[in-house]
Amino acid sequence: MTVIESGRERLAFPWTDGVVSTAAGDVPRVRAALSARDRLGTMRARWGIGRMNYQVAPGLYAVGTPDGRSPVLVSANYKMSFDVLRGVLPGRDAWILVLDTRGINVWCAAGKGTFGTDEIVRRVKEVGLELIVSHRTLVVPQLGAPGVSAPDVRKRSGFRVEYGPVRAQDLPAFLDAGMKASPDMRQVRFGARDRAVLIPVELMNGGKFALLAAAVFLLLGGLGPHGYSTAGVRAAGLPSGALILAAFLWSAVLGPLLLPWLPGRAFAVKGAVLGAVLAAGLVPVLRSMPAQALSPIHVAGWVLIIPAVASFLVMGFTGSSTYTSLSGVLQEMRYALPVQIAAGAIGVGLWVVGLFVGGGTAS
Amino acid sequence: MRYLEGPLTLSYDAGRCTGCGMCARVCPHAVFAMTDGRAIVADRGACMECGACARNCEADAISVRAGVGCAAGILAGILAGTGPTCGGSGSSCCGGD
Repeated sequence: MTVIESGRERLAFPWTDGVVSTAAGDVPRVRAALSARDRLGTMRARWGIGRMNYQVAPGLYAVGTPDGRSPVLVSANYKMSFDVLRGVLPGRDAWILVLDTRGINVWCAAGKGTFGTDEIVRRVKEVGLELIVSHRTLVVPQLGAPGVSAPDVRKRSGFRVEYGPVRAQDLPAFLDAGMKASPDMRQVRFGARDRAVLIPVELMNGGKFALLAAAVFLLLGGLGPHGYSTAGVRAAGLPSGALILAAFLWSAVLGPLLLPWLPGRAFAVKGAVLGAVLAAGLVPVLRSMPAQALSPIHVAGWVLIIPAVASFLVMGFTGSSTYTSLSGVLQEMRYALPVQIAAGAIGVGLWVVGLFVGGGTAS
Repeated sequence: MRYLEGPLTLSYDAGRCTGCGMCARVCPHAVFAMTDGRAIVADRGACMECGACARNCEADAISVRAGVGCAAGILAGILAGTGPTCGGSGSSCCGGD
């Protein structure tokens, strides 16, 4: 039987500690307490290391010593989602039904439909859930609801979907209250901590492009009226590459952190303001540099480039936020993208012109 | 925190509501509320178009163009010639929890 087969295979994981025998075969039992290794895995995933392959085998798992009346908690097979869930269950008896979401978290998988009605119905049948529990209720995380139709799950599987709280931390209270969530448990937040944990992945994802762009500016800095010179690379290329990296770090860190306080609702506007602040702060610094390094034309270029870059980067943070709509993002992109491209292109154009006429490098 | 409200596509036909309360339960931004056994739109501007309400409404009283408000996904969709797609590998939205 496939359940037992996959059960044995799943026992190879270090976070399991035995099996629970059921009418549908042996079910692996997971440790409710997270180990140092689990925490390290979460940390690595936060930095984007091996994140797309941080998975749990789909199927049924036991926490504690569950029986036919124990709740069935549905989860995604992204190991971080699974760990957050089992981490709040010490001392409890429950079943965890892990769906195959290809290693993607509940919210994103629900948006794609992989965390969805079809997969729930299929997985309930595959593990023989109706043989294991006497009740007919599935606790599905509320953030899975965009992919799940509770009425359809009931029609097709006989199981009633009860939407659990947004945050796993509230799950014990939800279960203890007879599967009732307070209004607060139903609302997503986007607090300072929620935003801060996203910064590492912002840095890792954008970092390679920022380094590439910095390298291009560094090398092009060698161009000048007298041809190519390494003196030019040092004088104009080096500070230019540094400015690109500064604009990137500034936006990727302060964009998420200062989001609520940046003016405007559109993220592109928030980013442009953030970039303008950096550019304004840098102008005196740039003007104090030797003219052969950064001429006034260069400075004008950076005043355009930095806000354009910041605007684009913070606009990209819409994907990580928890309150932006597709229609809203489409609208802001329609206006912002052409402006960002134009400002960036004119800025780079001025920068190149500056290499040739702004004093250049008299090597 | 509030986002752009003008272009939102959420629409609700109160006449069809059966009062099951599912929309109010699944909405992560309390857009719907229950009063006198019927759903009302309490805060339309907070909608993020996730589509959970419409998908879970047995009476088909709610419609919304569901999608992910993700600039990177929309850009990827434009470049690939498809619609907005969430998350190729490396998209930051699909790594949080």
